[in-house]
Amino acid sequence: MTDQTSLFEYLLRLGDNTLVLGHRVSEWCGHAPVLEEDIALANTALDLIGQTQMWLGLAGEVEGAGRSADDLAMLRDVWDFRNLLLVEQPNGDFGQTLMRQCLFDAWHLELLPDLTRASDDRIAAIAAKALKEVTYHLDRSSETVIGLGDGTEESHRRMQAALDLLWPYVGEMFTPDTVDDAMHAAGIAPDLTALRARFDTRIDAILAEATLTKPDSSFAQSGGKTGFRHSEHLGHMLTQMQWLQRAYPGATW
Amino acid sequence: MYAQMVKSEATQDDPEKLAGFQARIDAGEKIEPKDWMPEGYRKTLIRQIGQHAHSEIVGQLPEGNWITRAPTLERKAILLAKVQDEAGHGLYLYCAAETLGVSRDELTEMLLDGRMKYSSIFNYPTLTWADMGAVGWLVDGAAIMNQVPLQRTSYGPYSRAMIRICKEESFHQRQGYHIMMKMAQGTPAQKKMAQDALNRFWYPSLMMFGPSDKDSVHSAQSMKWKIKMNTNDELRQKFVDQTVPQAEFLGLTVPDDTLCWNDEKGGYDFAEPDWSEFFDVIQGNGPCNTERRAARNKAWDDGAWVREGLIAHAAKKRAAKLAAE
Repeated sequence: MTDQTSLFEYLLRLGDNTLVLGHRVSEWCGHAPVLEEDIALANTALDLIGQTQMWLGLAGEVEGAGRSADDLAMLRDVWDFRNLLLVEQPNGDFGQTLMRQCLFDAWHLELLPDLTRASDDRIAAIAAKALKEVTYHLDRSSETVIGLGDGTEESHRRMQAALDLLWPYVGEMFTPDTVDDAMHAAGIAPDLTALRARFDTRIDAILAEATLTKPDSSFAQSGGKTGFRHSEHLGHMLTQMQWLQRAYPGATW
Repeated sequence: MYAQMVKSEATQDDPEKLAGFQARIDAGEKIEPKDWMPEGYRKTLIRQIGQHAHSEIVGQLPEGNWITRAPTLERKAILLAKVQDEAGHGLYLYCAAETLGVSRDELTEMLLDGRMKYSSIFNYPTLTWADMGAVGWLVDGAAIMNQVPLQRTSYGPYSRAMIRICKEESFHQRQGYHIMMKMAQGTPAQKKMAQDALNRFWYPSLMMFGPSDKDSVHSAQSMKWKIKMNTNDELRQKFVDQTVPQAEFLGLTVPDDTLCWNDEKGGYDFAEPDWSEFFDVIQGNGPCNTERRAARNKAWDDGAWVREGLIAHAAKKRAAKLAAE
């Protein structure tokens, strides 16, 4: 794999994570438990879609085949998506949505500071902008996980169920492959395995305050970021997200 | 206009106090929450601001319907930001209503059980992407017609909320018109979608101003109190006069064969909407009334455990803090 190909793949991973999670979060619009949460969810989705425009825009530039961020978002099929399995998991209840957000944010917030020091200035600049937003995302998602974990019996039960359901998708975030290794060697991305300890410290503190029990399993599902085997959920999401572009090819909107 | 047919309340206060109150309004003073106000003024405002707030909240649904199908990342971001603004408007308006002594939860309950209304327009379905354009252009356009004068309404908190809301609404209207421009100048299929959206939203938009003045029984007192600034017909005329040239610019046809310029009055003559349809919608028989109310009820019921959980956690934190002191 040439460096440019690895870089393209890596940028797709960053952009697809924010695209798919942003889309999922946007599905809540108008249906949140309380008005402030409607606003916060829309705000988070908006940040993530904004980051997507930057990451996928750069991916298209690096690829050099004339594909825009929109082309990449709207005209690729499931096997070409490079997002983590975690972010394509359905929203479930509000607790499941916030648990997914918290696990992703805690990873994202470890990754981005390292990316701000990337040898590629374009990546460093996007990461610096995203970092400000993601710092707030984790503040909010961790506070909500803590509040609901340590709330009523029912909210605790639901949050524990969400954690148990989503925990098998945590490992993929920290398991490097050839693309991650190439990016690390090029001085762009950190060593993913080194992020794990920091993530664990942070998540352990959140879960302790939330009175939740971390599942006693290191089993990790994989296949999202390589595109080898996504879950069945992603195809349905793309069917909706890409519908207009597919139904009216070549139209501008 | 997000408040329709707001019933004004009769008031039985001391005539001297009433006269003093009216004098303040006539002098252009703002009434603030702690000031004396007639009971009818307070109740009418609660009804009007509440209905407006509910409209913002229910209004998230027809547009939220297209967020997950927006055709580009930019359009998705714009629509998300717009719907987020609307939730924010709901929040300011509920806060303004709270200054009159009614809680957000009380108002929400009245929306959910159907005792309070929201604008008839949100009971119409959004069927194509062009509807996002039509809603911004026509629905926000009609809302602005009413809300701009309401910036000068007599009740301080409502007036200040309107000033903030109007800034965002005019942005929304331009975004909607921009969607329509893209569609009207696009492929034949897009142009057809744009025309279809105009066909479906034209009359429901005219209905947003409420029934004709001659049938509007609630206007006089509200206008005297500067809760309502213009009559329904004045605003409707202004809206038509502004919108017809915009439709012409787009190359779209307003679905009204009788539409023509009247030199004498300096405005368009146009057909009235079907008021029996309007009353059907108001009474709960619009195309989407059932779905809209069900969606809000479901969100509220499904979210109960979240609200209870967060309240319980906050109480535990308070107790722990007290124990530590």
